[in-house]
Amino acid sequence: MLKKVTHFRSVVILFALVLVLAACGQGGNNAANKETNKPANEGAATNTAATQEPAKEEPKPPVELLNVSYDPTRELYVAYNEAFSKHWKAETGQEVTIKQSHGGSGKQGRAVIDGLKADVVTLALGYDIDAIVEPGLINADWQSKFEHNSSPYTSTIVFLVRKGNPKGIKDWNDLIKDKVEVITPNPKTSGGARWNYLAAWGYALKQNGNDEAKAQEFVTELFKHVPVLDSGARGSTTTFVERGIGDVLLAWENEAFLSINELGPDKFEIVYPSLSILAEPPVAVVDKVVDDRGTREVAEAYLKYLYSEEGQEIAAKNYYRPISETVAAKYTEQFKTLELLTIDKDFGGWKEAQTKHFADGGVFDKIYTPGS
Amino acid sequence: MKGSKSRNVLPGFGLSLGFTLFYLSIIVLIPLAAVFFKTAELSWSEFWSTVTNARVVASYRISFFTAFFAGLVNAVFGLLIAWVLVRYRFPGKKIIDSLVDLPFALPTAVAGIALTAIYAPNGWVGSLLAPLGVKVAYSPIGITIALIFIGLPFVVRTVQPVLQDMEKETEEAAVMLGAYRLRTFWKVILPELMPALLTGFALAFARGIGEYGSVVFISGNMPLKTEITPLLIMTKLEQYDYAGATAIALVMLVVSFLMLLVINLLQWRMNRRTVSD
Repeated sequence: MLKKVTHFRSVVILFALVLVLAACGQGGNNAANKETNKPANEGAATNTAATQEPAKEEPKPPVELLNVSYDPTRELYVAYNEAFSKHWKAETGQEVTIKQSHGGSGKQGRAVIDGLKADVVTLALGYDIDAIVEPGLINADWQSKFEHNSSPYTSTIVFLVRKGNPKGIKDWNDLIKDKVEVITPNPKTSGGARWNYLAAWGYALKQNGNDEAKAQEFVTELFKHVPVLDSGARGSTTTFVERGIGDVLLAWENEAFLSINELGPDKFEIVYPSLSILAEPPVAVVDKVVDDRGTREVAEAYLKYLYSEEGQEIAAKNYYRPISETVAAKYTEQFKTLELLTIDKDFGGWKEAQTKHFADGGVFDKIYTPGS
Repeated sequence: MKGSKSRNVLPGFGLSLGFTLFYLSIIVLIPLAAVFFKTAELSWSEFWSTVTNARVVASYRISFFTAFFAGLVNAVFGLLIAWVLVRYRFPGKKIIDSLVDLPFALPTAVAGIALTAIYAPNGWVGSLLAPLGVKVAYSPIGITIALIFIGLPFVVRTVQPVLQDMEKETEEAAVMLGAYRLRTFWKVILPELMPALLTGFALAFARGIGEYGSVVFISGNMPLKTEITPLLIMTKLEQYDYAGATAIALVMLVVSFLMLLVINLLQWRMNRRTVSD
């Protein structure tokens, strides 16, 4: 098959390909990906980079951390990493560069389990960190390592609707009205979607005097209004914002703010439902990795600094609700107070919520069982 | 491609066969064996309930059906493209020829995103089709389009060389013996092309069954409707259900293998017939 002609052809193709790739690299990606050298090829790229640097005990050589995070934290950590490097350099004189990797929370957790050498994980929910505990990469007491259940910032689930709110969506029960299309990622794969789902469930329970059968009916109906089920929060945002599908996006509050600010307030607006859920995205040091690489000190400082005034400020600027009261006081206008359910009080913790709702054969699976 | 082992001019059969087996083991067999081992963690009943779950069964149907259909479309139009590229001379032929290979090289996710942008209800093509009530993106049609895109080069590149080597004399003879054009095509050209066409179809089909990157963007991923099997495998993995994921993978593997085997057999028989005729 191989003649000289094909060689020439391959060259032409390669050239064309480079052009196409270059174009796609700029245009095809999310606007959010524009920062420096991170995500996309996370695993491979950062892995090699990480292993190349066994921390020596010399006068503080530059160190590199890998922060494996979930989907919508890209912008937050770009800003925070820069602040932390400055802070760390001022404090210890050591250079620190932080690489970020982003993706669906579950996928990211799995990557770490499968050997991605993350120094710290900052995921969407405790369940995914618990999964990393299981093979012994993180110590079981991670949640008590840092204040506030190791959640330096919180968020909640809000509705993003198209400008003017043409379908008049005000609360959860409006989502199941006729001809309303709801965009949410798949709770099986997306951390954010699990919060969406639980908030809806909590609302329905409350409306129906804690009748679980009614709540199940409600969420089943809700998911009948979902035309596209992406696997991660960013995917859903793209579907809603770029593809113009659906009337309402169930989104992280920060993701909703970001969509509005990136794409202009003339296109979308945020609707706060009467009740939502307090999402506490936790952080943890991956004990095994930092001990192997000798990066424990800086990794712990990295997470700890999230609680500092500056860290909290950055979180708030990136639309995460700060836990520090002084910082929160400055942002009361941005973050509307609303009634929030909590995972521990209202759902008996992640383990229970997970087995009941999202595990195979759980409530969520029943939604997609034929004939239900 | 199949060399006979007797009467070889060049020595080294043993060595090269040994290397082939070794190489295939490392690259293909060992990873696939891992699928079997991981699946073995499940009991028989767990395995059975995983792979016959309604959602999983629906996803087999979607994956195999769309891949099959995309393979068929590619067989027809791939043949056409190969024909044009071999039989006619026209300006820009080289460029078209190289365009055919692009789907090979392009990262599938890029293809998926591009196709979705075009076929989404607010995209160029999608917005034209939407008023007609045709929904392409986020429906099985969208999946099929992505798979057609991915599979096109397989058919063209397998048919092209055969077509190139075909002797024009047989066609001319057929025409001179009084066969009409259509008859010439059906009775003379197509049978000779059939084995290659079938190979191309099988490759495109097999590729389509396993395709993940481009499809997830355009499919909408709705359980029971547009959820492909590879996505379901990914979903299982993301829930840390490794054994469940490999169980489904195993079913895909076995079914795909059987299908390829059948196609190969068919092709072998056809080859024998054209040779012995």
